[in-house]
Amino acid sequence: MLKDITLGQYFPGTTLAHKLDPRTKILLVVLYIIALFCAKGLVTYAIMALCLAVCVRISKVGLKALVRGLKPVLFIIIFTGVLNLFFTPGDRYLVEWGILRISDTGIRNAVFMVVRIMLLIMGTFLMTYTTSPISLTDGLEQLLNGLKKFRVPVHELAMMMSIALRFIPTLIEETDKIMSAQKARGADFESGNIIQKAKALIPILVPLFISAFRRADELATAMECRCYHGGEGRTKLHVLQYQRRDWVALGAGTVITVGVIVLGRFGL
Amino acid sequence: MEPILQIKNLTHTYGIGTPFQRSAVEDMSFDVREGEFLGIIGHTGSGKSTLIQHLNGLLKPTDGQVLLGGKDIWAEPKKIRDVRFRVGLVFQYPEYQLFEETVYKDIAFGPTNQGKTGDELDRCVREAARLVGIRDDQMDKSPFELSGGQKRRVALAGVLAMEPEVLILDEPTAGLDPAGRENLMANIRDYHRNKHKTIILVSHSMDEIAQNVDRILVLKGARILMSGAPAEVFARADELITAGLDVPQVTRVAMALKARGVDIDPAVYTVEALERELLALRKGGAVC
Amino acid sequence: MSTMIETKELRFTYPADEGGQPVYALRGVDLEIEKGSFVVVLGHNGSGKSTLAKTFNAVLLPAGGKVYVEGMDTLDESLLLAIRQRVGMVFQNPDNQIVANVVEEDVAFAPENLGVPTEEIRRKVDDALAAVGMSEFVTHAPHLLSGGQKQRIAIAGVIAMEPDCIVLDEATAMLDPIGRQEVLSTVHRLNKEKGITVILITHHMNEAEEADRVVVMDDGRVVMDGTPKEVFTQVEDLRAIGLTTPDTVDLLDRLRKDGLDVPLDALTVEECADAIARALAEN
Repeated sequence: MLKDITLGQYFPGTTLAHKLDPRTKILLVVLYIIALFCAKGLVTYAIMALCLAVCVRISKVGLKALVRGLKPVLFIIIFTGVLNLFFTPGDRYLVEWGILRISDTGIRNAVFMVVRIMLLIMGTFLMTYTTSPISLTDGLEQLLNGLKKFRVPVHELAMMMSIALRFIPTLIEETDKIMSAQKARGADFESGNIIQKAKALIPILVPLFISAFRRADELATAMECRCYHGGEGRTKLHVLQYQRRDWVALGAGTVITVGVIVLGRFGL
Repeated sequence: MEPILQIKNLTHTYGIGTPFQRSAVEDMSFDVREGEFLGIIGHTGSGKSTLIQHLNGLLKPTDGQVLLGGKDIWAEPKKIRDVRFRVGLVFQYPEYQLFEETVYKDIAFGPTNQGKTGDELDRCVREAARLVGIRDDQMDKSPFELSGGQKRRVALAGVLAMEPEVLILDEPTAGLDPAGRENLMANIRDYHRNKHKTIILVSHSMDEIAQNVDRILVLKGARILMSGAPAEVFARADELITAGLDVPQVTRVAMALKARGVDIDPAVYTVEALERELLALRKGGAVC
Repeated sequence: MSTMIETKELRFTYPADEGGQPVYALRGVDLEIEKGSFVVVLGHNGSGKSTLAKTFNAVLLPAGGKVYVEGMDTLDESLLLAIRQRVGMVFQNPDNQIVANVVEEDVAFAPENLGVPTEEIRRKVDDALAAVGMSEFVTHAPHLLSGGQKQRIAIAGVIAMEPDCIVLDEATAMLDPIGRQEVLSTVHRLNKEKGITVILITHHMNEAEEADRVVVMDDGRVVMDGTPKEVFTQVEDLRAIGLTTPDTVDLLDRLRKDGLDVPLDALTVEECADAIARALAEN
């Protein structure tokens, strides 16, 4: 069951969305997020939704997979929606029920807020669906390279991230195994109140941590044996290079973002 | 007498409805008699692990049934935990499941879940420790201070302490050195001899299986390839080899002798048996 | 023939845990390993064989005595990378030595660390994967491969450094028979075709049958050293230190005691059957 969770899962492919440089995709997502927060009205939201729809179309990632990505955050979406719905003061109240009042602005805000979060999540998921974790960390490392001047350990952080990504499936498998082994000894993870349930996790977490530390230790030795000595003087199998398509995509992204910001100013 | 475990047309399919759909166990049927020492052998991917996780209800069959003492274990899904106490499963590399502060507490985890307390609990824990050769002075140590082989013994004791009617061991000697392997198998043999409990041993090592079990189940590609007493199975050594499985080195020597025209039954699988056969042959030869 | 690795009076001690005793893992090991040879180091758990392996590429440094890799002293810190590039190491757990999410990225890890130019990394990666017969898996995710395949990727990751020597530290212990066979035939081929020195640490006797040389460790010392035939015929001595002999030798030993005239050193199944058939015919 643990194997079913999608966590920044990557769907391999050869579409334009897959081929773009990871740096381009990260920058586009940043632009997309800025634009989303500057969107104010129907027109701007429509533009954002259209952009996403076009990107989804290009990437050939199924809409189903994207919607599935929303599931874990469903609670947050509903929560924000409800909060906005009931607690936004407005000119006209449609329903009044004690302290709970729904105003016209409330409805508007709630709808836009929910759409905003959904677009935000679907957009970022689209990036992780079309970019392998390793090229994503590569891209991040390259983008943040400038920070090395300020003694930010960019290479080390990127290495840690890619190793963490590498070990996620291994640790999930291990968790499954430990759970089965404890269940075979009669451990009960389902019944009981919240405290009992938390306590029932100890027989899983202790072995998992011990094993993770052992793995980390062995991996460090194995890396040293393969001449790892930090980022200095390291070369790469895959060197990132901006292509024409990257410039085009970035240009289009910038134009749309500026457009949305301007339109947002007019409250559209 | 009724078999203690009956597996009827068991099928387990992973990922139904996805492109990754595949059967790990397909239409397997067999019985396990009470007090029997059964060996299961097969490659990684032959369905061994999936099969044994059905026997204690960790996995639910896609199709077919598992009967324990004549009763379908999934008849009352709420009581599946009781099945796990009656059919003890020791996983591969079980030392990785240890978590308690002391050896004693870790062994007591299973029986405590069973609801045992007080003197009864203490008796189960100490008896299980004794069966696998854990000394009294080790009981208050942290399990993490012990050597690899001893940790495995503690993990094994943790299952034995539940006093299961059937004990399933998945590769219990994996990664141990020859002396460690032999010691642990001797403990398991003693347990079987003294307690008359049913044991199912899963192993990659044909030698280990051959030397310990009453009956062998050979799995291949999610199905049962053959089943029978070791001599019956090794009599079909050629088939085993074509199936990509190992046969004991002794059997291979006997087969090679047969190929050289020596009149010998190639279905032997222990050094002692082959020695006896060869000596008999020499005496016979001397008479001629 | 020149020397690949030489140890002189090598000692190593693991410091004591709280309230425990220090562990004297190596108590004076003198060993010379020839270039191009296939050496198997046998011993029970705790005999010091793994510790010995880890001193060969300066993962562990001698507490006493010396280790020389192609004449380079492992205590000389400035030679560290040169030593590790020449002596590659493959460990027991395949999962804990794979660094990347994609096979080719993982194999490229060592050349990347060594600062090899990009085009050359590509060539080395492709060559290394071809050498272990895993070329078709170049863009696969390692965690979906079988144990034997993972270990072959780990070997490719080492081969990509173009080392002179590979040390396999119980690299077959966690594998099933098929995986073990995959790894063994891979390293045997590398030894024969590329002349790479192979040092295989194991407690599986039958992995030693085809070795050039078998070194047996016990209690931090080398107790036997010779060809497989020389070592495995010392039936009683091997048993005394918790190791077994191959069943073939066990059988021949019994038959000899029964008065049958067979040699003790017919290790392989075929040799053993030949010897017995001959003795029976003469009888």
